[in-house]
Amino acid sequence: MSCLETIADYAFRSIGYGERLLPRGDYTLCQQFTLIGSGMIWNVYFGIVALISGFGLATALAVGKASQNRWLRKPAEWFIFLFRGSPLFIQFFFGYFFFLSLKTHYPFFDPFTSAWLGALIVLFLNTAAYSGEIFYGALQSIPKGDTEAADAYGLSGWPRFRRVVWPTMLRLAWPAYTNEAIFLFHSTTLVFFSGFPAWQQRGDALYYANYFADKTFNPFIPYPILAMYFILVTLVIIWTMGRIGRRLNRHLPQEARRKFRFRPQVIR
Amino acid sequence: MKNLILTTAAVALTAGMAMADGHSVVRMGTEGAYAPWNFINDAGEVDGFERELGDELCARAELTCEWVTNEWDSIIPNLTSGNYDTIIAGMSITDERDEVIDFTQAYTPPDPSSYLAMDGSLDVEGGVIAAQTGTIQAAFIAEAGWTLVEFATPEETVAAVVAGEADAVLADKSFLMTAMETNGDLVMLEREEMIGGGVGMGLRESDGELRAAFDAAITSMKEDGTLNAMIEKWEVASTW
Amino acid sequence: MSCYLTTGKHMNFYVSFGTVLLLLAITAPLALSFGFGGAMAARSRIAPLSWFGKGYIAIVRGVPDIAFFLFFVIALDQAFEYIRHHVKCPDWTDPIRQGTDFIVCAEAKLPLGNAPQWVHEAYGFSLAVLTFAIVFGAFAANVLFGAMRAVPKAQLETAEAYGMTRRQTFWRIVVPQMWVYALPGLGNLWMVLTKATPLLFLLGVEDIVYWARELGGIKGERFTDYPHGDWRMWYFLVLLVFYLGLTRVSEVVLARLMRRLTRGQATAGGEAQRKAAA
Repeated sequence: MSCLETIADYAFRSIGYGERLLPRGDYTLCQQFTLIGSGMIWNVYFGIVALISGFGLATALAVGKASQNRWLRKPAEWFIFLFRGSPLFIQFFFGYFFFLSLKTHYPFFDPFTSAWLGALIVLFLNTAAYSGEIFYGALQSIPKGDTEAADAYGLSGWPRFRRVVWPTMLRLAWPAYTNEAIFLFHSTTLVFFSGFPAWQQRGDALYYANYFADKTFNPFIPYPILAMYFILVTLVIIWTMGRIGRRLNRHLPQEARRKFRFRPQVIR
Repeated sequence: MKNLILTTAAVALTAGMAMADGHSVVRMGTEGAYAPWNFINDAGEVDGFERELGDELCARAELTCEWVTNEWDSIIPNLTSGNYDTIIAGMSITDERDEVIDFTQAYTPPDPSSYLAMDGSLDVEGGVIAAQTGTIQAAFIAEAGWTLVEFATPEETVAAVVAGEADAVLADKSFLMTAMETNGDLVMLEREEMIGGGVGMGLRESDGELRAAFDAAITSMKEDGTLNAMIEKWEVASTW
Repeated sequence: MSCYLTTGKHMNFYVSFGTVLLLLAITAPLALSFGFGGAMAARSRIAPLSWFGKGYIAIVRGVPDIAFFLFFVIALDQAFEYIRHHVKCPDWTDPIRQGTDFIVCAEAKLPLGNAPQWVHEAYGFSLAVLTFAIVFGAFAANVLFGAMRAVPKAQLETAEAYGMTRRQTFWRIVVPQMWVYALPGLGNLWMVLTKATPLLFLLGVEDIVYWARELGGIKGERFTDYPHGDWRMWYFLVLLVFYLGLTRVSEVVLARLMRRLTRGQATAGGEAQRKAAA
């Protein structure tokens, strides 16, 4: 079987298209590259959707934690503490158990025990907590001059937040937020590894790497392939986030821009 | 100081030489999570059918043995890279595994795997079947083309059936018997699947002499009936 | 006095908490020194050394830790034995790789084949420590690399004006001042390190997750005095409490350390402390 055929058969195996049976016997490098790459679809899906959806909640959490109002501050503080204070491994375990018990009482929760939704929710909450803490740190270090200037222009409430506080917060938080994005993509490998089941052998990159390591009894080929894919993803994240970061800072003079680059304030 | 190290090395060397194949201590690798074959007892030690069997085999082959546990996932790579000398962990002899490691003769005959379900009249071919990732049972369901759902640990497969996530779980019969004891709602289906060969001890391919020693010990236990008695005591499989 | 909570298995469970804390205590300084070395290499003016440092940071940071853990320990173990084999048994003629088997002479085995079990466990533990340190050293290197560049330029220029060499400037000016810039990043790294310890069981160490799974799993009447159903939920709850507690303690200690390090530094925080004291 040529490599092209293998790619045609297995490139979308992880989402249920193509050959149903996984390769058996005589495992080729091409099969390993294709299937592990196919599994990356899930990692990318979890990473992107959790990151984008988590962004909104993270902003709310940061504002809540910085709020003067105790009823807003305390829940935000506790939420962040709970999700930053416990390993994702354990969060997946409890997430799955929780959804499973809800499901037995309310049929509405049926899809929540599948990874595509249940694990996504856990990742969403987790990344929201971490990003929330990063944004909170950034909120605390917004230069006083910025907010004073906003006051002087007569901005207050929502416009003040939308046009002055929020953009500055993002600018300050961006390097640390890039790190968070990298960590989030890495932690997507835990989805099928602990907690959530794999249906019909549709799993993520680690699931297939594990499959090949298990079948060939040689961990030295599939895991480095997996590592290579993740290095590629990491480079893409750094590049994309760098582009966005430059856009966020486009109004600053060249010299000041450079200052924003290395500020390892809050990395996860 | 240097002298001291040299002497201990020399002692270690002669001790090693004393054994025909260089194994002064044979390290027995097992999983410790597969009752009644091998499990960790209340005292925190390896226990079960294979512990008793292994100790007896070592006594017959006049070897000093030591027990170690290892995750199932990496149990073969750790054997081939020499972290222990044998695998005695309820491992079925399959062609795939036999290509990488060597097996002794089987010490239990091939036994069917069973299904555990909430509904005794379930048609497994149309249902959702749970199995542990990387087991011969999971491969069997995938091969048959039925709906397979895989979990990382055996507990989760049973929990999935209880919660209605899966309709049945396919696993080794003796493990399912244990699970059934603690949950009255579960029933064992009549249908059974013949998968996997007998269970044998795994060794490195380069370790021919050690394999011969254990093979001879298993033969002698088969001949004098002690092996059958042990199988019956632990209810792990059918007898020879 | 024996009851369910004092069985040998539970004792192992309690001990494994100590194992995790011990691992953290050894890994943290080791990872920090790897990080320091990595950052220094990355800053080096010798090109290959700088590439090595940057490559180490980029590659190890780019790979999920779990993927590393799944094959790195075996690789590390084989690498050590390979080196020892060449040193100790130079006249060995058999190939080391026979099919999938990895065979070195008996004297090169680590630990020696007839060593007692505790030596094997200690060896496995140190491999785990080394793996953790290599992975987290890359992150620490990244933080320290940034911190070294964050030391104000004026400080370096002053040192130059005093006639200090590049080396002297580095050790006397950059290193003492960089910690205050590095601490927030290192503190978070510590938090991530503690959260990575549930993966310790992948490295062959019997850690708290291993025992929580083992104790919580279904137990039939035949093999234990204390049969029970699926109790993993409760054991994982214990782990959750442990990790939350560890996080809380770390937060308090880090806040104190930050106050201590800020003292007398040319930062906004240091300035505020100075004013408050005056």
